[in-house]
Amino acid sequence: MMAAFILAFSLLTLLMFFVSYCRSLTASSMHTSISEDVRDVTGIQTRAAGRDYARVMQILQLCPDRPEDRARLQIVGAYYSFLNLLDQGFAKMFPAVRAWAEEERAGCAHFAAVALGRRIALNREMLAQQVEL
Amino acid sequence: MPGGIALAIWIVGMGAGVCFVTCSVLRASFLKYFFLNLYVILALFADLLRQFVLRNCGLQSPEYIYTYYYTDCLLTIALFVAVINLASHVFAELNLARYVRFVAVLLLLGTAGFTYAVVVQSTERLATKFAAELSQNLYFVGLVLTYLLWGAVLKLRETRTRLVQMVLSLGLYFSAYAGSYALLNMAPNSEIVQYLGPLLGCFLPVSWALTIIRHSENARLTPAQLVAVPR
Repeated sequence: MMAAFILAFSLLTLLMFFVSYCRSLTASSMHTSISEDVRDVTGIQTRAAGRDYARVMQILQLCPDRPEDRARLQIVGAYYSFLNLLDQGFAKMFPAVRAWAEEERAGCAHFAAVALGRRIALNREMLAQQVEL
Repeated sequence: MPGGIALAIWIVGMGAGVCFVTCSVLRASFLKYFFLNLYVILALFADLLRQFVLRNCGLQSPEYIYTYYYTDCLLTIALFVAVINLASHVFAELNLARYVRFVAVLLLLGTAGFTYAVVVQSTERLATKFAAELSQNLYFVGLVLTYLLWGAVLKLRETRTRLVQMVLSLGLYFSAYAGSYALLNMAPNSEIVQYLGPLLGCFLPVSWALTIIRHSENARLTPAQLVAVPR
């Protein structure tokens, strides 16, 4: 009985801390606007939408890797998958969940787009260095 | 657990621990987050000691069981102190740090007393039983404390990115550990539980190391962006 209570409480708090931790990661990129290069490549007009995430990630994988972004992108990727599951599982019962999940997925897409902007900038720098050599 | 996977998880955990302490020193944050560093250093020594006993005495030996539970108990108390330290940072501006420490020490003594009372009533009266029971209860109390601390972070509109992410990492760690202990109690033979402990052991130094590397002490967050449901 006690173990079941602790398990239920732990799962609830785990979920809450996971969502907050992922939001703290995506929040760090909220004040950075999406660069012109990324807009051109991804077709994002003004604001990233949740559905843009998959496309941005595909393009990200084509660019040279930045090790400092890797772990955070993986965590945000896990968060995006969790949001998709939530959307598929509960959106019919609770329509508000769909709106919330979409808002969160847009945050994930924005985070990935900002990371893509950094990778494109790095790519340009590397190219410029090679030209100089 | 297969030896190769266990060894890989152990190496990742040790590497992340060393990385966190090194980055703290290099970024002049060692003293500011002294108790977090102390916990990681103690965890490194505990890991080495456990490996030594494991290699010499075997997994099922009483020596290893004693070493495991007593080091786990000491580490949980060290983590408890780390939570108090983070709470002191959060409440520093309100001059409530002294009261936070007082309440936390009372809670720690209360948990130890409660656990002893529970164990004394059992017929076995084994010292290891007390250590295991105390660890379980401390993880749960630690989770409740971290939950309260997170509430305070949101209420006081804490903006320091490092502090926020360290508290969140602790919350994730305590939740996962308390849950895995509960799962172990409910299904002792479940195979997944064998992997959870070592994996969770890696999580805290990895996430703290990432926080120290990624964010400077001056990095700030907007507190409203942290709440799952906007108010």
